Amino acid sequence: MGEAIVITSGKGGVGKTTTTANLGAALATMGQRVALVDADIGLRNLDVVLGLENRIVYDLVDVVEGFAKLKTSLIKDKRFENLYLLPAAQTKDKNAVSPDQMRQLVSDLKQEFDLILIDCPAGIEQGFRNAVAGADKAMVICTPEVSSVRDADRIVGLLEAHELRQPLLVINRIRPAMVRRGDMMDIDDIIEILAIELLGVVPDDDAIVVSTNRGEPASINQNSRAGEAYRNIARRLLGEQVPLMNLEEAGLLNRLRRMIGRSR
Amino acid sequence: MSRGGWSLGDFISRVFARDEGSRVVAKDRLRLVLIHDRADMAPEMLEALKNDMLRVISEYMDIDSEGFKVDFERHEDAMALVANIPIRAIKRHGLTT
Repeated sequence: MGEAIVITSGKGGVGKTTTTANLGAALATMGQRVALVDADIGLRNLDVVLGLENRIVYDLVDVVEGFAKLKTSLIKDKRFENLYLLPAAQTKDKNAVSPDQMRQLVSDLKQEFDLILIDCPAGIEQGFRNAVAGADKAMVICTPEVSSVRDADRIVGLLEAHELRQPLLVINRIRPAMVRRGDMMDIDDIIEILAIELLGVVPDDDAIVVSTNRGEPASINQNSRAGEAYRNIARRLLGEQVPLMNLEEAGLLNRLRRMIGRSR
Repeated sequence: MSRGGWSLGDFISRVFARDEGSRVVAKDRLRLVLIHDRADMAPEMLEALKNDMLRVISEYMDIDSEGFKVDFERHEDAMALVANIPIRAIKRHGLTT
């Protein structure tokens, strides 16, 4: 019997879909049987981020409406042994699905998979209620900006109202250089404000843009810092103790700056 | 930076950092806005607080529970919990229990 984790944020554009794709790939590489569910009906994107957009036949709405079987609707990612995607419907209304239907769908997936990651749409309305309906756990993605932290705080409250207590926090797109010069909230600031457990920190990384362009998850790229951060998060999800990675870039300028800083 | 003399390190951090980073501003603004957001979210919590206050204060004085009001007030740079508590009488002997 698997476990379903919903990936939320409230605010759009903070990296829910990217996180879902990268964690899915990392977890599948680690031997987990993983199903990714795109719950963003009408605005599907998880398929393109994963590079599976050309393989869609049926979607989530087809399944809940009984038009297609769950097994035949799941797209198998050929690059990873154990990774499957259930794409969102693109042309249907988001009210085409109810929380009860989602609960049933996720429960069916839990029979077949170890982990189900549900990519939640932005916002706090019907799409959010659907996405959280079948989840056992919640992850909150937040970037170090006031708007994102504020929305994350709201989502933490709403998750609690849906019986999803103690969500796990992922701080995305942190920029160590900006934190260092006092122009970006740091990890501790955000944890202090949101008061939830930290699962991981993902540094801002150009490799994410490149990997999204290509439809190849960065978490399988050994040279990507963000990819490494996602692999660490995946290991923590599996119960391993993994320390936070050192966010300092290893560039020459930074090494120089730190050397001079130390002589103070 | 108030220590005597400037080291090269100080100079470099001056160049790379402004006097007060916007991080502090962001955090302060967030704290305030969240007090308001969180207060907005739970009217039943405000009611519970009001009842608790009423119970505690009643141990020391007789108050007019009808006119008792508790609310958040938003000021320029802070949120305040403002209570209006009409007193009927002070209890002479303090705690009655």
